[in-house]
Amino acid sequence: MEDILPVIEKKLRETFGADIISAEMMRDFPVFTIKKDKIIDVVKFLYDDPEMQFRFLTDLCGVHFPDNKGHELGVIYHLHNMRRNWRIRLRVFFALNDTVVPTLTTVFSAANWMERETYDFFGITFKGHPNMKRILNVDDLGGFPMLKEFPLEDPTRDDKDDKFFGR
Amino acid sequence: MSQAKNQKGRMVQQNAPETAEKLEEKEYSILNLGPSHPATHGVFQNILKMDGEIIVDSEPTIGYIHRAFEKLAERRPYNQITPITDRLNYCSSPINNIGWHMTVEKLIECEIPKRVQYMRVIIMELSRITDHLVCNSVIGVDAGALTGFVYVFEEREKIYEIFESICGARLTTNIGRIGGFERDFNDVTWAKLKKFMKEFPPILKEFEKLLVRNRIFMDRTIGAGPISADRALNYGFTGPNLRAAGVDYDVRVMNPYSSYEDFKFDIPIGTNGDTYDRFMVREHEIWESYSIIQQAIEKIEKMPGKEFHADVPDFYLPPKEEVYNNMEALIYHFKIVMGETDVPKAEIYHAVEGGNGELGFYLVSDGGRQPYRLHFRRPCFIYYQAYPEMIRGNMLSDAIVTMSSMNVIAGELDA
Repeated sequence: MEDILPVIEKKLRETFGADIISAEMMRDFPVFTIKKDKIIDVVKFLYDDPEMQFRFLTDLCGVHFPDNKGHELGVIYHLHNMRRNWRIRLRVFFALNDTVVPTLTTVFSAANWMERETYDFFGITFKGHPNMKRILNVDDLGGFPMLKEFPLEDPTRDDKDDKFFGR
Repeated sequence: MSQAKNQKGRMVQQNAPETAEKLEEKEYSILNLGPSHPATHGVFQNILKMDGEIIVDSEPTIGYIHRAFEKLAERRPYNQITPITDRLNYCSSPINNIGWHMTVEKLIECEIPKRVQYMRVIIMELSRITDHLVCNSVIGVDAGALTGFVYVFEEREKIYEIFESICGARLTTNIGRIGGFERDFNDVTWAKLKKFMKEFPPILKEFEKLLVRNRIFMDRTIGAGPISADRALNYGFTGPNLRAAGVDYDVRVMNPYSSYEDFKFDIPIGTNGDTYDRFMVREHEIWESYSIIQQAIEKIEKMPGKEFHADVPDFYLPPKEEVYNNMEALIYHFKIVMGETDVPKAEIYHAVEGGNGELGFYLVSDGGRQPYRLHFRRPCFIYYQAYPEMIRGNMLSDAIVTMSSMNVIAGELDA
């Protein structure tokens, strides 16, 4: 595959300058970290620009890194330009007390449920989303299960002690 | 918001679609399709707003069999995640299994021998055939033709026997290992595979004869649940559903994995994106899969070696006899079983062409024994949200065939 990272980085830097926090190659994927408020503009730009044409949202999901203070939560976007077969990954990171991200549903209808899923599991809210509510879990779950502090098993049980193997 | 909106003082049903204001002008009826309905082929609910027989609006509710796979995967060593992937799209579990193995192999940068790659291609294409057979014959069932379904299920049974002779399991296969297969295909497997290759084409032809030009079937399916190429792309459609709308996107061709670039096959596409097109695309894909399997068998027969796994002792369990007699094998065995092998820190996205679309694995590794984060890109979770748009203005019976032709698998939908 041709080296697409410099091509896309140049384009993005021209338009967005310092809003692109980092651009790097992770294995076979060009990865861009973007300021949270600009993500929708960047995606719209990548969608509309005649050279870029990233018109397919492959995936959208949340991540949680409790040790990155100030940037604990993140949303990962995978975009695909099907004409040239370019795949890129965009990332935004933000703090636990500032979890509102602009919605992508205005660009991609596919983002609707993916954002609901991200909300359901990470508590990340998407501003402007038409139907921001839980999708897979029950409404009264009382917590966001994919956060690292959420226990995998019922913590009140004492019959599943695996301490010898460090689990 | 939809509560107590009605002028007549009647309580509107709490989970009615959002546009309940319209109720004031016209009386619509609310119909619950599912969660357990014989025609939904899985546990999902659709709350339909009906104007007589016409669907005005609908709201799907999902999550009935959510099993928290992504959370589970964060607490399991890499080799123990394979059985989880079985339970995503359980109509073609081997594709999920092998897709996961390939994701881990991409993470640890492990080279897989050609013979193993071709063996994997055979398994994946066989399971694509089972997946499409189930989906296509079920469209027939929902349109009133039970015969074809029962007929091709016998062939699906024969493919499951092949899987059984390779890995011991049939539906949730847990087939293969990181690095290859747990053992070589045995003589029974080859015999059953050859027999299947000989007997399958006339049976599929007969099945096609039953439905493809059948007047009743065509009337029921042409124009039912259509979607344009633009909308399909915007909704994140992949797989046969996207190709039925006229976009020739196939992961096997766009980003070849497991040596798919060595095979010659066509990508069938449709034009209208309706139920009939989806049916026809799948039908043609079965023939393409059949031809890929044939090519793979020929390629393997020409190969001199008998290798069935890569040389990755850190991840591939040594043979049991060696574990008892050989110190090195014992150490490797212990480290793999206890999950003490280091992996690189990386972010990986790997996609395979699953039975119903692009099945992606987004894996974040922090070097530990388990994935730090694992996200499954589940094709039917993404495209099922287009369902209300596709059935709007159609009859209820069209909604049924549309759903079965979209190949929505509850296990994958809810993960």
